[in-house]
Amino acid sequence: MEKTIYSRVGETLFHTRLENGLPIYVNVKPGFRKAFAFFATNYGGMDMRFQLDGTWQETPAGVAHFLEHKMFDTKEGNALQDLAANGASPNAFTSSAITGYYFECTEKFEENLKTLLSFVSVPWFTPESVEKEQGIIGQEIQMIEDDPEWQVFIHLLSGLYEHHPIRFSVAGSRESISHITADTLYACHKAFYNPANMVLCVAGDVDPEQVERLAREILPKDGLSDIPRDYGGPEPTHAAHSVQELRMEVSTPIFQLGFKADPLPQGPEHLRGELIGTLVSEVLAGSSSPLYARLYREGLINKNFGSSFEAYPGCAFLAAGGESRSPEAVRDALLEEARRLSEEGVDEALFLRLKKALYGAMVRSLNSFEHVCIEQAQSHFAGVDYLDFPAVFDSIGKADVEEALRTWCVPARSTLAVVRPKEEAQA
Amino acid sequence: MAELTRSELFPGVHLTAVHTEKFKSCVLGASFLAPLDRTTAACNALVPSVLRRGTQEHPDMESLSAALDELYGGSIEPVVRTRGETQCVGFLGSFLDDAYTLDGSAILEKAAGLLGELLLRPCTEQGVFRRDYTDSERQNLIDRIRAQVNDKRSYALLRLKREMCAGEPFGVDRLGDESSARAITPESLWARYQDLLRTAPMELYYCGSAKPERVADALRAALSQLPTDGVRTPLPRPAAKEAPAQPREVVESLDVTQGKLTMGLRTGSTVWSEDYPALLLANAIFGGTTTSRLFLHVREKLSLCYYASSQLEKLKGVMLVSSGVEFDKVGEARAEILSQLEACRKGAFEDWELEGARRSVVSALHSAMDAQARLEDFWLGQAVAGLTEDPEALARRVEEVTREQVVAAFSSLQLDTIYFLKGREA
Repeated sequence: MEKTIYSRVGETLFHTRLENGLPIYVNVKPGFRKAFAFFATNYGGMDMRFQLDGTWQETPAGVAHFLEHKMFDTKEGNALQDLAANGASPNAFTSSAITGYYFECTEKFEENLKTLLSFVSVPWFTPESVEKEQGIIGQEIQMIEDDPEWQVFIHLLSGLYEHHPIRFSVAGSRESISHITADTLYACHKAFYNPANMVLCVAGDVDPEQVERLAREILPKDGLSDIPRDYGGPEPTHAAHSVQELRMEVSTPIFQLGFKADPLPQGPEHLRGELIGTLVSEVLAGSSSPLYARLYREGLINKNFGSSFEAYPGCAFLAAGGESRSPEAVRDALLEEARRLSEEGVDEALFLRLKKALYGAMVRSLNSFEHVCIEQAQSHFAGVDYLDFPAVFDSIGKADVEEALRTWCVPARSTLAVVRPKEEAQA
Repeated sequence: MAELTRSELFPGVHLTAVHTEKFKSCVLGASFLAPLDRTTAACNALVPSVLRRGTQEHPDMESLSAALDELYGGSIEPVVRTRGETQCVGFLGSFLDDAYTLDGSAILEKAAGLLGELLLRPCTEQGVFRRDYTDSERQNLIDRIRAQVNDKRSYALLRLKREMCAGEPFGVDRLGDESSARAITPESLWARYQDLLRTAPMELYYCGSAKPERVADALRAALSQLPTDGVRTPLPRPAAKEAPAQPREVVESLDVTQGKLTMGLRTGSTVWSEDYPALLLANAIFGGTTTSRLFLHVREKLSLCYYASSQLEKLKGVMLVSSGVEFDKVGEARAEILSQLEACRKGAFEDWELEGARRSVVSALHSAMDAQARLEDFWLGQAVAGLTEDPEALARRVEEVTREQVVAAFSSLQLDTIYFLKGREA
């Protein structure tokens, strides 16, 4: 395996690509007892229309997440239990863009890694087990639909985007998942769970060569080349709706204000774009921005307020939100601050301070094996060398942030999503 | 390897320092320990939030944020936690480790200085807390108390604890209640703060690459103005209570689409009991892991719940069961949860279940050594309990537990209260 030392952040990374196309990354972490393995596919909630063996496939919303639930079933039983019986803590998640399976353990790492690689690559579905899962996931969908934080976010996305599939719930709806059959799952597994569309990331005091050996031994010998996906063509630059509202049983209104940014390209520019987007978020509404302090002082926001920049294939946005008795006042203040910063420019001292703070936060986040592995996987899919962020940081100036602010922090590109308390509700 | 040093910097003020070079950051914390009490809980909870608004040197949030940004985006956040019947209020900070600064400058002393400033030199007017800071943080506290209803899963557990332990300090929420919060004034908050400063035992914590002596020096200097004219008396252990002969049942309705069924049990033993490791295993077998009875039987096999798990409140001697169920399945789910408990009491669990639970508990203890936040959390619990056993030593005791001891731990569980949160139309 190829070894790279990232001395600025104190990380040592081993990397290789197997014959079947699978990339492997191992962050060697001396002195740690726990080890973490993350096996992910470049397949998420938004990959609903794709091409397999020359024909376009249409699948209902929620298949990627449904598949994640069902992958733990094995012919012999359940992989979750096999891992847990070894004391490992296994889990999985599905986002709009990726599905990842992982475990953390302090003993029997190799045995656990074999289990992980094997259950994710060998599908086992029956009509009965699919039907049963429809009940379980139906309940999960009900639970997230009760969550006001989730509702406000999904309303934000469907307000910003006209047709990009980021606007759909990753879990789908009770209706959409009722159309899923064992055959749907087998087809999607065949397309997306092939080694060339996946990545394996490990962090811990482990032997990288042994990880490579086990992956070669257990995984299929061949991988499929690229799986084309359709996200419905380019989105208009403006937001589809300026306001989205609903009512739920909450004590204070919950809101998210979004700005629709330009999608980021694949490759090194992706990381640069993400860092610029994050700096925009910090300058505009971060916890040490002038606006944050003023809104907090005026009681318009509280500690729950937060803002972040997120990028997916074909879309990128900034979301800022929390609880407020007047979401409209917060929106107006954010739009006005974005206009002021675009016209007057960002204060030089503030910019340098925020850059230093963000740098420190990114280095500190490398403490988390989970964070390191997930970032590594997402960066791989985006064509980025993630641990190289200090150098990319050095190349970003105030003008980059100002240009982004001028381009996409504008009223036409914004959506305000609000969950208001029910009028008749009692606290 | 991590090494632990515990020392008393001032009478009643202890430092737990973990020396390790494996992290990129250091953790620095300070908590006042106060008895959990309905009359003071909200006021105690408000103290760190108002302190965090401004100090004499950094009188507003902008200047505090700027100071933290200069320390590479360090954080010092107010924290309010409970451990059993002790309320722990103070600050928890995380900073870049000195090894990774761009110019090789030391962060620890500056971070400790800022912590000391926040604890001891608040921005005041007319000899008490500023009225505007008090008013806005009091409103935030009220909003947080009211917002507890938003997350139904934790809200159901909060309601269960309040019902089950009405009249016991344990039934008081960590944030206190809304009416006490409303009554707080800058004067009453100042009096409470002065009381904490003089009489509350204090727990300081550090984990990072600095040597314990350097940490002790930095904190001693930062806290040199801490008043010494009061006595910091150690807090008593919570009193044990028996479950009623017939479990209490409480049903409430809110506008939800999924029901939340929770149960509270008295465990008999606590973190101080010799058989505590057996109780840890009993909880893991019953509902603490993904190989547990609640997960495998109630959730997976019978599809009765979307989630079903149990957790221990080790300083109080309480086990809490939490589940999400469809309204029409609540009777079935309830019967199944209790029947699984009955089976465990009779020792009707397999050897692989016992060993799986043991591996899971041991692994969680080992991996706590590798996660700064979990380690801090563990040591705060130990400090409140007055214990010094580290996670590795507790793991060794868990390895020794026999099946008979686990069955005995199950036998001492007593169902106290069932709380069900249902929908309005159901």
